[in-house]
Amino acid sequence: MTIALETRGLDKSFGGLRVTRDLSLRIEQGARHALIGPNGAGKTTAINLLTGVLRPNAGRILLEGNDITSLPVHKRVLRGLSRTFQINQLYPDLTPLETIGLAVSERMGRGGDWWRRMGTRADVNAEIAEILARFHLLDVMNELTVTLPYGKQRLLEIAVAIAARPRVLLLDEPAAGVPETERRDILAAVAALPREVTVLLIEHDMDLVFSFADRISVLVNGALLTEGAPDAVARDPQVKAVYLGEAADA
Amino acid sequence: MTTLPDVSTSAIAGARWRPGEIAFWIVVVACGFLFPSRYLIMTDIVRLALFALSLDLILGYAGIVSLGHAAFFGVGAYSAGLLALHGIINEPVVALVVAGFAAMVLGFFTSFLVIRGVDLTRLMVTLGIALLLEALAERFSGVTGGTDGLQGIEMQPILGRFAFDIFGKTGFFYSSIVLFLLFLLARRIVHSPFGLSLRAIRNNPLRGAAIGIPVNRRLIAIYMVSAFYAGIAGALFTQTTALASLDVFSFERSADLMLMLVIGGTGYLYGGLIGAVVFKMLQELFSTITPQYWLFWIGLVLVVIVLVGRARIHRWALWVPNLIIRQLAGRRAVVAVPESDPS
Repeated sequence: MTIALETRGLDKSFGGLRVTRDLSLRIEQGARHALIGPNGAGKTTAINLLTGVLRPNAGRILLEGNDITSLPVHKRVLRGLSRTFQINQLYPDLTPLETIGLAVSERMGRGGDWWRRMGTRADVNAEIAEILARFHLLDVMNELTVTLPYGKQRLLEIAVAIAARPRVLLLDEPAAGVPETERRDILAAVAALPREVTVLLIEHDMDLVFSFADRISVLVNGALLTEGAPDAVARDPQVKAVYLGEAADA
Repeated sequence: MTTLPDVSTSAIAGARWRPGEIAFWIVVVACGFLFPSRYLIMTDIVRLALFALSLDLILGYAGIVSLGHAAFFGVGAYSAGLLALHGIINEPVVALVVAGFAAMVLGFFTSFLVIRGVDLTRLMVTLGIALLLEALAERFSGVTGGTDGLQGIEMQPILGRFAFDIFGKTGFFYSSIVLFLLFLLARRIVHSPFGLSLRAIRNNPLRGAAIGIPVNRRLIAIYMVSAFYAGIAGALFTQTTALASLDVFSFERSADLMLMLVIGGTGYLYGGLIGAVVFKMLQELFSTITPQYWLFWIGLVLVVIVLVGRARIHRWALWVPNLIIRQLAGRRAVVAVPESDPS
């Protein structure tokens, strides 16, 4: 198996607070890998380090064997590392059509075109239509994003990330805050992600984690506690103590 | 598959000319023939409209606020003045473009200061740059004429054929054509993928980078375009008035520009144009009623617009203007208050 995304000894401190400690992860090509951990374990920091929002104090990040540690956010996206956000990070005043169109244009390197009108490239249009259809967004494609129901916004969130045609996709709590009625659409969309896309799922919802992931890494206090197949992790006494135990108390 | 044509027609729909837009430009042309005694003030409005359009490009589309846009106006004005005064480039159109590029170069170098930071930093930095340039222009009076301004500018005929006349007819049509051409270009830009990416950045810079937009590069590019437009507006000022003095850099010039966009709205290109017309008319109206205190009334209008709030103004005071704006811009138009909407 080849390794899609790898970190080696990542370290990040904010002032005196060490939030990521010597984090080494190896995510295999095509894996459904979940990163779990209690609140404050450093999951969000880990995502920010992977995507380039934050720079590590030490350590390296490799995407398909290439060092991307010093690349800015947008270049990592163009290399095939895309993410979704826990809280919707969409464009309220743009329509889904425009949002997806933008992501597709950027991926094709046409985002800087200033003389060509939107919607005049057949290849871009075809791909927009395909993505909107796949994520059940065709019927609302001309509505402003801010007016969409929350579930549709979550779908758009995933659709935008997919439009960048990632080889590695980081899903940050894709179903967080979605009402029960719309939840099934999200889970279906996540389950239907193409198999060649490697997925790293950061999630609180244990049902989703155990139904989706084939491998789980547990993060506690910024360091890797354990890693393994779902049932092994579920049986791990350490994990039970710090994580599942805490969840059971809550 | 019926979805494919759907997508392309919807994607293009925003860029299609609306009847209201065509009517707007017909009115502009008609004004040129209906009010032959008012060329000077109409030229003034056209210049202001172009200047306001340049600010709208960065404020309305990229979300960059500026209180020092007069810096580019001033550089354009002095460039055009110096080119004509020293006979370096005698043909006004060529000089106009060169002056625009001079402002653009300044835009490139100052963009690095402006794109970093948040709104308040940007306000201060842009304000500072304009003040710096004003002081420099005063200091190097050998070149700029100091407080007296550039004197004795003589404009050659446009394209060697159309001489500037004392009624300002040539100046008006010249300025209007420049405005229209630059408006067409701006319209093209904002409906392109590049323009869309600017709106995305304005909406959410974080997500901008996360879908692969090189945010800083795009902001620098539009800042330079905006500087070019402002420089052209400044050059038109010098060419049509044969004057360039220190007040081209003045703070009031930048601040008035903000007022115009507050009145006209941002992010649909016509806001600056409408704002310039309304602002100038209000100024004229108030200064005939109370020559000394017209600023009081302008201030009052502004306070009312902002305090009463966009939502309520939408419902009554601006009902008719909004009707027009919707004709021009569709549902995305933002009227009255250009700052970002918290809701």
